[in-house]
Amino acid sequence: MEDLENFRLEVREWLQANCPESQRQPMKREDQYWGGRRGKFPSEDAKLWFERMRDKGWTTPEWPKQYGGGGLSPQQGRILKEEMQRINARTPVYGIGIWMLGPAVLEYGNEEQKQKHIRAIVNGETRWAQGYSEPGAGSDLASLQCRAEDKGDHFLVNGSKIWTTAADKCDWIFCLVRTDPNAKKQEGISFLLIDMDEPGVSTSPIPLISGESEFCQTFFDNVKVPKENLVGELNKGWSVAKALLVHERKLMAEMGSDSPRKVLVPNAAAREYLEFENGKIADARLRSDLVDYDMQMQAVALTHFRTFEEKAAGVRSAAGMVMKYVGTEAEKTKSELLLAIMGSRGLGWEGDEFTAQEIDTARLWAMSKAMTIAGGSSEIQLNLIAKNVLELPQS
Amino acid sequence: MALVLTEEQRLLQDTAKDFLANNAPVAALRKLRDEKDPLGYSPDLWQQMAEMGWASIILPEAYGGLEFGFLGLGVVLEESGRTLAASPLFASAVVGASAILLGGSEEQKQALLPAIAGGELTLALALEESNHHRPTQISTTATAQGDSFVLNGSKCFVLDGHSAEQLIVVARTSGGDRDSSGLTLLLVERDTAGVSCQRTILMDSRNAADITFDNVTVPAANVIGQVDRGWEVLEPVLDRGRVAIAAEMMGVALEAFERTTAYLKEREQFGQLIGSFQALQHRQAHIQSEVELCRSVLLQALSTVDDAPQELPLLASLAKAKLNELAKRVTNEAVQMHGGIGVTDELDIGFFLKRARVAMQVFGDTGYHKDRYATLCGY
Ligand SMILES: Cc1cc2nc3c(=O)[nH]c(=O)nc-3n(C[C@H](O)[C@H](O)[C@H](O)COP(=O)(O)OP(=O)(O)OC[C@H]3O[C@@H](n4cnc5c(N)ncnc54)[C@H](O)[C@@H]3O)c2cc1C
Repeated sequence: MEDLENFRLEVREWLQANCPESQRQPMKREDQYWGGRRGKFPSEDAKLWFERMRDKGWTTPEWPKQYGGGGLSPQQGRILKEEMQRINARTPVYGIGIWMLGPAVLEYGNEEQKQKHIRAIVNGETRWAQGYSEPGAGSDLASLQCRAEDKGDHFLVNGSKIWTTAADKCDWIFCLVRTDPNAKKQEGISFLLIDMDEPGVSTSPIPLISGESEFCQTFFDNVKVPKENLVGELNKGWSVAKALLVHERKLMAEMGSDSPRKVLVPNAAAREYLEFENGKIADARLRSDLVDYDMQMQAVALTHFRTFEEKAAGVRSAAGMVMKYVGTEAEKTKSELLLAIMGSRGLGWEGDEFTAQEIDTARLWAMSKAMTIAGGSSEIQLNLIAKNVLELPQS
Repeated sequence: MALVLTEEQRLLQDTAKDFLANNAPVAALRKLRDEKDPLGYSPDLWQQMAEMGWASIILPEAYGGLEFGFLGLGVVLEESGRTLAASPLFASAVVGASAILLGGSEEQKQALLPAIAGGELTLALALEESNHHRPTQISTTATAQGDSFVLNGSKCFVLDGHSAEQLIVVARTSGGDRDSSGLTLLLVERDTAGVSCQRTILMDSRNAADITFDNVTVPAANVIGQVDRGWEVLEPVLDRGRVAIAAEMMGVALEAFERTTAYLKEREQFGQLIGSFQALQHRQAHIQSEVELCRSVLLQALSTVDDAPQELPLLASLAKAKLNELAKRVTNEAVQMHGGIGVTDELDIGFFLKRARVAMQVFGDTGYHKDRYATLCGY
């Protein structure tokens, strides 16, 4: 306990000395740094801040030191996060590599893969895409068809992936590919790392209802992939895939509480956009919707905290299993509530008649619809809870 | 803040589970109901509970207490919710004891708390005057007369009112109809002249009463806390009660939920177990997610009582509102998913349904606590 308190003081001091003032301001989407070959720092300060964090290993605080990580314990990691939040320090670098691929490679990869890919992620040198979904394989992911044929010294990959977030900006993609077309569907899948600069890889962006073009279809046309890029065993990729999904869902569950952008929250919006009478929101229905939301969010936040404490104490519970579902549903509720509170001011899509925050809120509302679909839809989450927590019979 | 139980608390939980399964199963409540038991609980059972220290879990050692804190109390109440055990645990050992502990003089504490801890003395809080929880809307009066007060008025929904030896009466000594100032708490022997008590038979087969006070003389020494400033004691007492009943409701809800899940794995229709129907799976899975959220809220609220009382009002309202909603949803779904047998008296599910409805009204319904939470949040 005392050690942790000392650690907190050290962290506080270090952040105070090393986090530039400009990196403690609310950030806009353009201010995010995602690393990779095409990554551009939004400012000199952002670069400085990133480099300082990287040198401490704190771009990935809890990863092992031998691969460039920070080597912190979960408790120390939490303290670092809390101390960063306390001064509004920006996240120095974002990425699917940090959130999803890294933990999977640390668990399933071999030594060379760790040396090569983990370091590159820690150093912000590679930006990763996730190649799971296909036009014919969404919720039923295991039915995927993208093929990798064994050609002796390499795999030959053919097929396509869809909904690949930011594929057009990424350097590498981790893919689930079919390596044994005759096996049961989960048993013929392998986990491959593919360099997107290889000939035969191409991407085509898909515009979303939020107006952004977050994701792409990614095509593989006779792409040669070296054998050393197989993570885990041949035809055993499904275990790697599932372990990675756990990280993805955890991330998505926390997105709301951990938003990278300065976003409007319903309580503050109510003060700005609603009439009050005698200290109360005059519209009784909106007041009641707001209190429902606030209560739910407090419950969700406490449950995040509980899952953390349980992990530290080595206690198992079902809490972690429900967080993707409750977290993303709560985000959707929040966006609808914001729109209701803002009325016609919440409808602005572009132009100077609306504030940047108003337009951002409307676009985030559209984006919130994606969160209960991506990473395993809410329906799939409920299926999983029914099967794995309640152990209900499967038809 | 502790969101994970300690080894000690888990042990207490196991002990409580065993004891209640053997000594106070749902069948015991059914028997009390069917036999129209005049007391509404078993004094032997209560004595045993007291011997295990349950009547004194939250009390300091100085007064014969176990000093186990609210988290300890919470696990026992939750287990007692699972078997619907009828006892003075809530009304006396939580609400009554808290009033004395938070408001009583040293003399009162010395005189009353060890007796409560030993299970020899039971208390009840005589607060409500209308069909909704309105803790400041008090028109029962206490008029000073020499060294005494004279009580007049009537109370309803007094939990354990017909069985408790002493009542803590919330009376108005000054102020207007709805003011929180001007309230005074008075300790009144239930068999004092002028007190008339009518037991009410509620759907949950537990114990409540309507009580009237007709020129009841109460010595001024029986004031708990200060005259006109009863609210300062009453509000935290109610918040403790809210958190405690929320713990009981967690047990009620979990038991009904688990019994239903078990039934889904056993009942066949259309040649398959009904638990394989996705329409039912998703509803149960949704409840599981609400259970997880409620679990965190409850643990936080229980530990707030001991660790951060200044945050208790917000947490108590959060916990009571959330558990009200959970208990309502779970018990309704439990009946529905059992089909026809779910609406029979023979199946225990109905007992959970009914207990949930009564508990939902205790110390504030969902609307009351949402309104209070919103007000505390400044809107
Ligand atoms: C913003 C966003 C980013 C994404 N990023 C990536 C990415 O980077 N990489 C990647 O590989 N994928 C990505 N995805 C894809 C995502 O994983 C899939 O969209 C998701 O798995 C759902 O698949 P689908 O779109 O084919 O929908 P479908 O599976 O066709 O589902 C349609 C509807 O049917 C329901 N349904 C399906 N099966 C069942 C069932 N068994 N029981 C009940 N209901 C069911 C679903 O819940 C849904 O409501 C992203 C998606 C979004 C929205």
